[in-house]
Amino acid sequence: MRGKLVGSPVRRLEDLPLLRGRGRFIDDIALPGMLEAAFVRSPHAHARIDGIDTEAALALPGVHAVLTLEDLRPWLVNEELVVGLPSASYRQFRNRPVLARGEVVHVGEPVAVVIADNRYIAEDATQLVMVDYDILPAVSDCRAALVDGAPKVHLDAEDNLLAAFDMGYGDVDAAFRNARHRFRETLHIHRGGSHSIECRGAVAAHDAVSDRLTLWVSSQMPHSTLRVLVDMLGRDENQIRVVTPDIGGGFGPKLVVYPEEVVACIATLKLGHPVKWIEDRREHFMATTQERDQYWEVEIAVDDDGRIQAIQGDIVHDHGAYTARGINLPQNSGESVPGPYIVPAYRMGAKLALTNKIPVTPVRGAGHPQATFVIERLLDRVARELGLDRAEVRRRNLVPASEMPYERPLRSRGGVPVVLDSGDYPRCQQMALERAGWDAFPARRRTAHAEGRHIGIGCANFLKGTGRGPFETVTVRIGTSGRVHVYTGGTAIGQGTKTMLAQIVAEQLGGDVGNVTVTTGDTAATALGIGTSNSRLAVTAGSSAHVAAGKVRDKLLQVAAGVLDATPEDLEIDGRDIIFRPQAGRIANKKLTLGEAAHVLAGTPGYVLPGGMEPGLEATEHVIIDRTPFAGGTAVAEVEVDVETGGVRIMNYVLAIDSGRLINPQLVDGQAVGGTAHGIGNALFEWMAFDENGQPLTTNFADYLLVGACEMPRVEVLHQESPSPFNPLGVKGVGECGVVPAAAAICSAIEDALAPFGVHIRKAPISPPEIIALIDEARRPSAAQYSR
Amino acid sequence: MKPPPFSYHTPQSVAEAVALLGSLDNARLLAGGQSLMPMLNMRYAQPDHLIDLARVAGLDRIEGRDGGLEIGAMVRQRSVEFSEDVRRLCPLLAEAIRFVGHRQTRNRGTVGGSIAHCDSAAEIPTVCAALEATIRIEGPSGWREIPFREFPAGYLMSSLAPDEVLVSLYLPVWAAGHGHGFEEFARRHGDFAIVSAAALLETNKDGRIARAALAIGGAGAAPVRIDAVETELVGRAGEREAFAAAADLCSGIEAYDDIHASGKYRRHLARVLALRAFTKAWSRAVGGPA
Amino acid sequence: MTGTTRRISVTVNGTPRDEEVEVRLTLADFLRKRLGLTGTHLGCEHGVCGACTVLVDGMSARSCLMLAVQADDCDITTVEGIAPSKDVLHPLQEAFRDHHGLQCGFCTAGILTTLVEFLRDNPSPSEGEVREAISGNLCRCTGYQGIVDAALDAARRLREAGGAAR
Repeated sequence: MRGKLVGSPVRRLEDLPLLRGRGRFIDDIALPGMLEAAFVRSPHAHARIDGIDTEAALALPGVHAVLTLEDLRPWLVNEELVVGLPSASYRQFRNRPVLARGEVVHVGEPVAVVIADNRYIAEDATQLVMVDYDILPAVSDCRAALVDGAPKVHLDAEDNLLAAFDMGYGDVDAAFRNARHRFRETLHIHRGGSHSIECRGAVAAHDAVSDRLTLWVSSQMPHSTLRVLVDMLGRDENQIRVVTPDIGGGFGPKLVVYPEEVVACIATLKLGHPVKWIEDRREHFMATTQERDQYWEVEIAVDDDGRIQAIQGDIVHDHGAYTARGINLPQNSGESVPGPYIVPAYRMGAKLALTNKIPVTPVRGAGHPQATFVIERLLDRVARELGLDRAEVRRRNLVPASEMPYERPLRSRGGVPVVLDSGDYPRCQQMALERAGWDAFPARRRTAHAEGRHIGIGCANFLKGTGRGPFETVTVRIGTSGRVHVYTGGTAIGQGTKTMLAQIVAEQLGGDVGNVTVTTGDTAATALGIGTSNSRLAVTAGSSAHVAAGKVRDKLLQVAAGVLDATPEDLEIDGRDIIFRPQAGRIANKKLTLGEAAHVLAGTPGYVLPGGMEPGLEATEHVIIDRTPFAGGTAVAEVEVDVETGGVRIMNYVLAIDSGRLINPQLVDGQAVGGTAHGIGNALFEWMAFDENGQPLTTNFADYLLVGACEMPRVEVLHQESPSPFNPLGVKGVGECGVVPAAAAICSAIEDALAPFGVHIRKAPISPPEIIALIDEARRPSAAQYSR
Repeated sequence: MKPPPFSYHTPQSVAEAVALLGSLDNARLLAGGQSLMPMLNMRYAQPDHLIDLARVAGLDRIEGRDGGLEIGAMVRQRSVEFSEDVRRLCPLLAEAIRFVGHRQTRNRGTVGGSIAHCDSAAEIPTVCAALEATIRIEGPSGWREIPFREFPAGYLMSSLAPDEVLVSLYLPVWAAGHGHGFEEFARRHGDFAIVSAAALLETNKDGRIARAALAIGGAGAAPVRIDAVETELVGRAGEREAFAAAADLCSGIEAYDDIHASGKYRRHLARVLALRAFTKAWSRAVGGPA
Repeated sequence: MTGTTRRISVTVNGTPRDEEVEVRLTLADFLRKRLGLTGTHLGCEHGVCGACTVLVDGMSARSCLMLAVQADDCDITTVEGIAPSKDVLHPLQEAFRDHHGLQCGFCTAGILTTLVEFLRDNPSPSEGEVREAISGNLCRCTGYQGIVDAALDAARRLREAGGAAR
């Protein structure tokens, strides 16, 4: 649908308080009597704990408690966070204990907590807690973890294989047997942390009168947090409320439920004071989940024209020390390699290796950037080997518009069929290439070469399943004040969810976005909710909001028709009024306000409701989303490489995306550009380094490099709007569109710039020293022969 | 990440600061705080006493002395950036200062703090090495001056005694019309350099090189002056081969490995940046005052 | 003077404050916890992300890298103090709304305060100069494009207003 509001760049509801410094983030919450927590964390990647001495810490003035797992046990009916997504492929279950249970398996694992008057004192006391560690061998590299005889990540494990699975379709062996050309690649893709500028945090408070526990938490999924708390604390749902304040960015890891949140709840129950824990940046590097390494061995079979016959391969995936989410990342990666291309036969195997490192869970893109890197590297290889234009090889393999919807014989982790829903992929690629001046590039390169400069261009197509179901709850209610209230289980993490929902609702209820209040991420406001992940809210919550607003509108018009003695067809909702605009011959302009209409259905004791209507001017919807809309598109990057320093400058960047109908183009562009910045980080900068003993080496923002304003090119975003047939709004998610193709496009461009040297790039990110090393290697005669 | 407990002192004079350093155990000086404060917040530094130099009179001046430039220890990097004297007399420093951190850190960070912190990758110490600056130090038995090359004692370590205060920096000024070039390679704008190069050239009447200097920062534990470039370049005519030969003198410098780069890459960068710095300096030297 | 607490006098957003503070209290925590000015945010506490930037005597500074006692006798402006009044936004704030210069809003305060100083020093900046000015501020949401556009537009608005809005 497109209307007055839906499809227009409405200014955000969120902005005014944030611009004035009046947002309310987790650390802005201050309650009377509130204490602050700091955690004692393991400095070792693997150790047995032989004892914890808390005496000196407890003696420090201002310290209220020092708690270990033993101290928490009276409040726990279950001391592990059981959160893994279901899968038949697990070989072992590795849930996180709420605090260390005799063994620590990664640096940063919480061992004990200090509760003190303030964070300064709490940190003083953590230095006084004496933990007796017996250091054990650790395993850091996920490939090494799977070798026979590798140190065990967990003492009681037989090996480090957490899970293994295969996926695919078609007769892969026959396709490879009969193929004219086969090319093999070994690729390594590293991603890093989320690094929302706001770290995590939690504030827990207990109202002893009602025995109700409230947890404010910087989370993408408060309803999951509630379920975990119910499981672990043995309390009823109605004794716990989990609520999200303003959230300073999520990017994936905040969808995970964490031990610190549970500990804060128990501490407040034990001490009778509200307890706050605010993660600092160093903790974020050591205790917030990350995405890290995937090592791929892949092979592609093509015919003489470069048409794909089959792809096969294997992934080794770094899972970290615990299961904090599941097998979903390599599942996503494996499922996404075929992407927007026709791949007649496909097989991908995955092994998930436990390592003595922070658990791995989705970061913006969730396995898709890796898959995109893999398929796009393979296609560049095909183009190079067959002497074809890289864009042309892609065009030949893209699913054409005439094939839509295109079903691929794969299933998602939840058994949902993979059906590419809509769009004209070749046209989208063409649009990007034209804007980026792909055809004129050789002339630019000649000019640059004459000046001694090395420039290159690269392109990458991508597809991202978005709007993962099964639903997101939305309630739309008009109060007797005349204000429209919208409640959703989805969580606002900075992406403009409130504005997006207000636009959809206001479209049908008077057109005044300013008359809509949106409440997100509060388990007291919506009993059912899933939360924010996987670019899902516009699809799921948007659809529910659209349908719920439509139902409220129907009801509103029915009430007004009764009161104004009109037919609904003669009524129009304008701002906060329902106005009677008769077709012909009757006196005009009688009106009823939204508030008055709400009064009618609010009920009066002893009086019947008009027309046998249901009470309340409200509707709650959970539109079922059982098919995934695929957003996708093409990124084209043009770079200059300084072949003496290895420095890379992105000179031009075009991103053409198809994210279905646009609800708010300005917000969509903001997501696309912001995601691209993250992707540029994954291509060139972000490297979460560990040594061979599992010690993290990049635990501050001077060593772990986020993209700054000077490294960021201006990104041109182009749109192809192909409505998805799978939801009533025709939308697809956009939150991850920027990040997915970036590393693939940029690395392709770097390789192109270095074509005179015959350099091939097989990993991301790629750093300046690595670029120099590749050039050096390629210059050695033997290496040059090898690379042919 | 909150600072550990400490006592806080605000001396009004250098003598008072020196006396405090002498009488207090485990005391640290606080200048602009842009390096010390992160170390306090991360508790890498846990002093019992913090002695804030902000109220000490007389440390915040930039002035000419004996044909050179004297810069007080508490002069903010921002003041150097906007100093007309610095731009006129020491354009190398004016160029390098733009690479120091960001606007917000230059507003607070001081010249003395940057030198005393002894980060090899910092720009101001590299300029000091190239110019053969003199460091003025005050201690319990009066003041002393040492050449900059004797100031660093190791990685992030100075040769200051525990009861000494760095009070100022003296930069000899090169002849008007000299050429300067500062080049660095950092991963992002405003980051510490992986390697930096500071070059200076003076020409004689015949247009030949009369004087040359080069310092490399970021490669080893401290910035290093490549003295041999003087012999390599003096008397030559500023041709590319001459500068390439001078840059090649960096091939053997000490260079360390860390997570960002190998020593081999650092030595490679030193050569590349030295050549670029000389090339820039030469074009300025022959093109008149920059 | 020595000791672990100290009395300081500061002017914050035009209001004089006289407070006894622990000497190790950072300026950021002083503003946030003592004065309740929670618009200044802490993103890294080691001086890289820039979220905590405030103006100290008109100059941008990272409030996580300053002790409250170092601000004695200083004039501090935080994000809460940059708008001319309750009902009127600073042209930068207006431009941020118009150009989608913020998403989650967590880094925004530090970027606004940095740009207030920058546009005062450089009323007609180029895009490159704006990018350099905010190179010490990390934003994970926007990719900086909306911020840069907003800053350039605010510069234009400020020039047109003849510098009347500060």
